[in-house]
Amino acid sequence: MSDLSAIDHGQEAGFGDFVQLLKPRVMSLVVFTAMVGLIVAPVHVHPFVAFTAILFIALGGGASGALNMWYDADIDRVMRRTASRPIPSGKVSEGEALGLGLALSGLSCLMLGLASNWFAGAFLGFTIFFYVVVYTMWLKRSTPQNIVIGGAAGAFPPMIGWAVATGGVSVESLLMFALIFMWTPPHFWALALFMKDDYSKAGVPMLTVTHGRKATRRHILVYTLLLAPFALALALTSVGGPVTLVAALVLNLMFIRGAIRIARRDEDQAEMDGYKAEKAFFRFSLAYLFLHFGALLVEASLVPFGLGGW
Amino acid sequence: MAIHRDHELHGRRFGRNLGLGLVLGAFVALIFGLTVVKISHLKEGKLPQAEATQ
Repeated sequence: MSDLSAIDHGQEAGFGDFVQLLKPRVMSLVVFTAMVGLIVAPVHVHPFVAFTAILFIALGGGASGALNMWYDADIDRVMRRTASRPIPSGKVSEGEALGLGLALSGLSCLMLGLASNWFAGAFLGFTIFFYVVVYTMWLKRSTPQNIVIGGAAGAFPPMIGWAVATGGVSVESLLMFALIFMWTPPHFWALALFMKDDYSKAGVPMLTVTHGRKATRRHILVYTLLLAPFALALALTSVGGPVTLVAALVLNLMFIRGAIRIARRDEDQAEMDGYKAEKAFFRFSLAYLFLHFGALLVEASLVPFGLGGW
Repeated sequence: MAIHRDHELHGRRFGRNLGLGLVLGAFVALIFGLTVVKISHLKEGKLPQAEATQ
């Protein structure tokens, strides 16, 4: 490309635009949960290997973010919240995003396999496949349960972290998966209640659009109730302990209370106070997940002192 | 105006190249570090369980 044609475009991408393609905010959640999964596992991993593994799990998550932005560029152009992403704003071309996503996917799986074990590498590959093909390409545009299934992709990182250390799957890692998997729907539906993005114009069947906002409120409550047993069960496994159990009890009671408040309100009440309860529930949902995994981390760090754990 | 004056675009391109250079440099350092750790583990005969079974 000559300089002249580049200037004609006016909007050439900087380094930061490529970083934005990797969805850094989603990556931070991936890093945290994968790190907890790795640390609480019963097998010791050399700190440098652990650092490398988490880095490549994060990079794999970023790669799937880039592939998601490549495929969803048409939706992102229509919705206000996403119109400033690198592809809709014209800074990065769709081909560049696809290339970056594919290259980083291959690199991250290969490097994770080499750094830890091939099961973990393959698991990361499956997670990327699940998020990009099963969620983004297939279910996101075809079912209002899209958030539920998409949540699985976000729930895999602690299992990958666990697999890095142990080379396999266990009850503990499955319950960490279940915790994020069941947490995702209420978290996103609360957001959908007050964000009022134009999903219908973009052709995405969000539950708020297809089944109405009242049904969405009920769904939030049902999923919050179903989430609690998994959280408590995790606290009773080998990675749990008194700290985790107390945290799980308190957090789930608060979460359920918030969900009941949401279920009891109707749209008029919500409009009146500017979706206060929904916004509070959404903010608390972030703390819920962070504190749950934080409790596991506290438990693991107490073990060397003879405290923590059962 | 001098003919060599940089367009704003050149600044952005430089930033991109610099960023990529640093990322590649970090990648090399990472591989080196990983190699050192793996080889010293091999020497001491204490590969993690997950790898020893492969």
